[in-house]
Parts: sequence; C-alpha cells; structure tokens
Amino acid sequence: MSMRTPLKSARNLGSAKEGADHFWKQRVTGVANVFLGLFLVWLIASLIGADHATVKAKLANPLIALSLLALVVSGTIHMRLGMQTIIEDYVQGEFGKVVALMLNTFFAAAIALASIFAVLKISFGA
Amino acid sequence: MVQLTLPKNSQISRGKSWNRPEGKGKWKEIRVYRWNPDDGANPRIDSYFIDQEQCGPMVLDALLKIKNEIDPSLSLRRSCREGICGSCAMNIDGTNTLACLKGLDEVTGPVKVYPLPHMKVIKDLVPDMSNFYAQHRSIEPWLKTDTATPPTEWKQSRPDREKLDGLYECILCACCSTSCPSYWWNSDRYLGPAILLQAYRWVIDSRDEATGERLDNLEDPFRLYRCHTIMNCAKACPKGLSPAKAIAELKKLMVERRV
Ligand code: SF4
Ligand code: SF4
Ligand code: FES
Repeated sequence: MSMRTPLKSARNLGSAKEGADHFWKQRVTGVANVFLGLFLVWLIASLIGADHATVKAKLANPLIALSLLALVVSGTIHMRLGMQTIIEDYVQGEFGKVVALMLNTFFAAAIALASIFAVLKISFGA
Repeated sequence: MVQLTLPKNSQISRGKSWNRPEGKGKWKEIRVYRWNPDDGANPRIDSYFIDQEQCGPMVLDALLKIKNEIDPSLSLRRSCREGICGSCAMNIDGTNTLACLKGLDEVTGPVKVYPLPHMKVIKDLVPDMSNFYAQHRSIEPWLKTDTATPPTEWKQSRPDREKLDGLYECILCACCSTSCPSYWWNSDRYLGPAILLQAYRWVIDSRDEATGERLDNLEDPFRLYRCHTIMNCAKACPKGLSPAKAIAELKKLMVERRV
C-alpha cells in the first residue's frame, strides 16, 4: 500500500516538455514517405525485367539515387518513431523499456546505413 | 499495465441466483458483478429478476430496486439519476455508460452490469476514482490570471464563449477514459481523454492567462501523446462529446507554437 497521495503520483516527475517534436517528425516523414513511396513503386515498375546494367545506369542518375536515399532516411526515421511509440505503449518496466528503445534505434540505424551503402554502391559502382 | 488475462484473484465465477420470475409481468434478468473486499473470495456474477412493470425504465432503476427489495448488500454510486452528476458510470451490456440514462429495453436479453473497466474495484460496481480525480487536479482546472481581478466579471465575447461548447458539458463520469486502451495500459502516466478534454477546456478559455504554462504541463510523451486517435472515447461518452477532437486540437496547438 503506497502512502503517497494520489496527486503526488499523478504529478510524478512532471512534464517532459517534449513530444511535439516526435509528433511533428512523424507527420513530416509520413507525408514524405507517401511521395517517395510512389516514386519507389514507379522506379520498380519501370525496371521490371531490366538487366543489371540497366538498373545500374538508372541509379547512376543523381536524381534517382538522391530520391532513394531520401526514402531510406525518411523511411527509417518514421519506422524508428513508430516503433518507439509501440514500445512506450506496451513495454512495462523502466529497464526493459530503455533497452528496447536503444535496440530500436540501433536497428533503424543499421537498416539506414546498410541501405545507404547499397544505393551508393550501385550508383557509383563500376 | 498491459495485462491480457485476469490475475487469479480477479477471475470471475458464477454467483448466486437471488430469485426467479414469479407470476405475470415483464421479467428481465439483471446480471451484476459482485466483489466484496472483506470476504476474500473472487468476484462473481449474481443474477436477479425484476418485473419491469413494477420498475422504472432505466438500468439504474432496476439496480436500485434490487438493492431496496432483493439484496441490500449491492453497492453502487448514484446521485442525480438524470445524467448530470456522472456518478453512476458503469459498463452495461459491454459499453461504458450512465446507468440512469441507459434504458432496460435498449438491451436484448439479460442486462450485464460490470464496474468501469480496468479500474481498481472498491466493492461491486464502485471503482476507485482517486487517480482519475488526482489527474484532474493536476491540470489545475480553474481560471488562472495575473491581471488584477476586475471589479465585476471577467468578460468573454460570444464567439469565445462558444469555443467552450462541447467541453463544459463534461460531467467527469470517466466512461471515456475507461474505454480507452491507452488509458488501460498507461493510466499511471497518461492523462486519458476525460482529463485532456478538461485540460483543453482551460487552454482555449479566452479569459485564462496561463495557456502556455498549461501546454508546457501537457507536452509529454505520456501525459498527452499516448492518445493514438482510437476514438473509443467519443463513442463511449454518454453526453455525446468528443474528447478525441479536443486532444487533436491540443496536439495542433503544440505544433502551432513551435512552427
Ligand atoms: S482517441 Fe485517444 S483518448 Fe480517445 S480512446 Fe483513442 S487513444 Fe484514447
Ligand atoms: S467526456 Fe464524456 S465520457 Fe468523458 S468524462 Fe466527460 S462526460 Fe464522461
Ligand atoms: S446518477 Fe447522476 S449521472 Fe447517473
């Protein structure tokens, strides 16, 4: 039985004065992903049946490569923010939550780095 | 806390059948959640029959008839019996609502009555509201001003007053908050729809001078941003209000003051 007053618990550690940034980034990347996603669909459709050399030539185009990189960045940020929300909703216990949040960031960063590397390699590759 | 199964001591068993329909009449079965903190037993569902011809039309009428004539040990809260005090909120036929506004005839078959979901139970249909009320207290639900108090009233234009419509009607019954999955999982830190609607009511009050401070206190990943626009709250509200909309407006203001 806690001897704290309910108000003490309700106020807890106070407001983090944060959250609007997460909310806004989630919307901005969400909107960006709609356009970049459509671009990706177009790119894949236009490359159906193409051979390796054609794909390479296409990705050598800076506009195409940059759009793909933008999609990687926007997509992985969005993914990380979304997963963060789910972890905060469902993972109980501070320790487990902190670990899960860290792993989430590492995972998103790994996906982003690997994807960027792949795009650059194809784009610049001989 | 996320708990998808009931802990052992909360599992509900079948309780007592207090009476049977006797003679002519319009008999309706009421099945009520019972739990007594003093007997050490698990909760149970008791069954009562009432003759609707001898009873008022609402679920609250039936519960009071049961308490008065069949089983005085049944505990529930009620006061106004006309949807204005918010004390008779409970889960009836699977939805949170006010017992005094829910007609017996709106329910087909037996009327199942439970306390508000995911709240600690004090006894039978009486939930522990202390966290809910403390959360309300934490948003400081009163007019805050620094300007010297005018000799008469604080003035408010008609359009500004209209901004409070759809908010001031809230009777703090908690039907919305206790229907919100986010509130179920994180009610220790998430303020929930009812309290956020109240918070918004003070944020947009044209007479209040603490708007920024109020927003500061709300801007928190848990206090505000656990709302994921699931909309259960708007569906549950027996007064037809939309806490989800008030929360969306709060989120908009949070962005507005930074972009
Ligand atoms: S809209 Fe928000 S407050 Fe309303 S039920 Fe959904 S999550 Fe809860
Ligand atoms: S918003 Fe509606 S459901 Fe929620 S506390 Fe107020 S009156 Fe009750
Ligand atoms: S008794 Fe007051 S709201 Fe039902």
